[in-house]
Amino acid sequence: MVGEGTMSTLGTTERPVAGGRFKFGDSLAGYGFLAPWLVGFFLLTLGPAVASFYLSLTDYSGLGAANWVGAENYVRIATDDPRFWTAMNVTFTFVLLSVPLKLIFALAVAVALNRGLEGLSFFRAIFYLPSLVGGSVAVAVLWRQVFAGDGLLNQALNMLFGFEGPSWISNPSTSLYTLVLLAVWQFGSSMIIFLAGLRQIPQDMYEAASIDGAGKTRQFFKITLPLLTPVIFFNAVILTIDAFKAFTSAFVISDGTGGPIDSTLFYTLYLYQEAFTNFRFGYASALAWVLVLIIAFFTAMSFLTARYWVHYDD
Amino acid sequence: MTDAALSTTTIRPRADAAEPSVSPWTRALLYALLVAVSFLMLYPLLWMVASSFKPDSEIFTSTGLIPTDPTVDAYRRGWSGLSVSFGWMFFNSLVISLLVVVGNLFSCSMAAYAFTRLRFKGRGFWFTLMLGTLMMPQHAVLIPQYVLFLKLGWVNSILPLAVPKFLAIDAFFIFLMVQFFRGIPRELDEAAIMDGCGPLRIFLKVILPLSTPVLATAAVFSFIWTWDDFFAPLIYLNDIEKYTAQLGLRTFVDSTGTSDWGSLFAMSTLTVLPIFILFILFQRLLIEGIATTGMKR
Repeated sequence: MVGEGTMSTLGTTERPVAGGRFKFGDSLAGYGFLAPWLVGFFLLTLGPAVASFYLSLTDYSGLGAANWVGAENYVRIATDDPRFWTAMNVTFTFVLLSVPLKLIFALAVAVALNRGLEGLSFFRAIFYLPSLVGGSVAVAVLWRQVFAGDGLLNQALNMLFGFEGPSWISNPSTSLYTLVLLAVWQFGSSMIIFLAGLRQIPQDMYEAASIDGAGKTRQFFKITLPLLTPVIFFNAVILTIDAFKAFTSAFVISDGTGGPIDSTLFYTLYLYQEAFTNFRFGYASALAWVLVLIIAFFTAMSFLTARYWVHYDD
Repeated sequence: MTDAALSTTTIRPRADAAEPSVSPWTRALLYALLVAVSFLMLYPLLWMVASSFKPDSEIFTSTGLIPTDPTVDAYRRGWSGLSVSFGWMFFNSLVISLLVVVGNLFSCSMAAYAFTRLRFKGRGFWFTLMLGTLMMPQHAVLIPQYVLFLKLGWVNSILPLAVPKFLAIDAFFIFLMVQFFRGIPRELDEAAIMDGCGPLRIFLKVILPLSTPVLATAAVFSFIWTWDDFFAPLIYLNDIEKYTAQLGLRTFVDSTGTSDWGSLFAMSTLTVLPIFILFILFQRLLIEGIATTGMKR
């Protein structure tokens, strides 16, 4: 049916779309279709964003009035809140470890898979599965057992090497690393994006390079890596934002405390405790805005530095 | 018609274009590595499932995957391990997840249609704002949203979890659908206009029927992410009768501590089972969705 209709439309020189004569596409229809989003935007995004900035300047507790305190919450965050700095420390350690490791793993596996091996879709699926289930409570429960004193890892270490491992979860100097490992375990979705990027690299580039005598390693560093920088950039930005927002794993593994002794106190976990355990809505709003600013800063920095290392065709 | 139209609009990765061939030895080495890494990665999950069929004493003594004496005892204990049966919490999760799927498909497709097909004043402005919300962390709006739902008397009900999705709060899916709708030839709309169709009929009869791939992708991701979500139910649901399976599982961890790993693993296995099933059924759709949009989770 479309065959003819489309053809005749294509053939005519006067197309209804051209020149702004989009008769039926009037504002009424446009705003009608956009109505749900508009309501949501004002009521659930813009309004709350403004309100949360206002609340951050008050001592609101959820009950009673919100008393104006000016910048006091922010001053306290910066100068008089050791747990904030602990949370910053934990979160930055987590971000700075998990994001690069995840990128390296994802890239390495994607490059290996892209070598024309059979069973690509099988391996791709297997590596992707942890990304899909990794954020669930079930996996956090599993992680708790695997890294417990008598858990799977220590059983395996004992069986293979006769090594008696400690409880990785309840030891404050290792607990955060089990969460980093959990994050790196979920490298699959970045790997899929890398694979899609690798396919965009023209084959004749490699052929030309081998004719010129460039080895595999040289080809990787001179062709693959530079041409993949836009994808690396994209993955790095998304992974960084995600890592700052990590919550469930730390919550379940530490019973909501961020322990042992605040060693897994992710920023979001601290925010949750202040807001929904201590009901300091004003202070938690200030914490939320600090997080938003940190994420915005990192994103802006990525975009600013991108021109020095991200390769674009034109 | 549909064939021609679909082939230009369906999300499909390009045919595998590999780097120049590698030597048999490298190939063998790569395979060995890949098999080793995938085995290592999947082992904890497989072991969790296997352990849910083991008697408790065996969980701490066996790293193997085959239970010596398989039993469903742990499932029986876990299912009624809390004051409310896990079956009820699974039902809650299912209701919420399905509502979110419907809400997202309904509201995001409408917004995406307005952004891609309708001309109206301010479209570019709203589109830019919509893209802006994509980058914004939810934390910025979390507390006022909570206060709003508290004042509305919605806290401790599924309303705060479902209603926002009918207002296109998941801008990511709008973005996904915008990308897809842009690939649908405009000539189809124009032909429909000739036939006297208005915007609503074009949306329902032309755009939506051609968009099943992206609608399916959005539906599956909506379901999985809602099913897995822990934070929103944690904040908004207080009574155990209203808990989702994720909340139930976490409460179960609290109440059993580390004394009954068998039933914890059994219930953990059940909570990821729907995701495994969706993964197996829609594997291609999920992977292509990620590959083409760079979506994350």
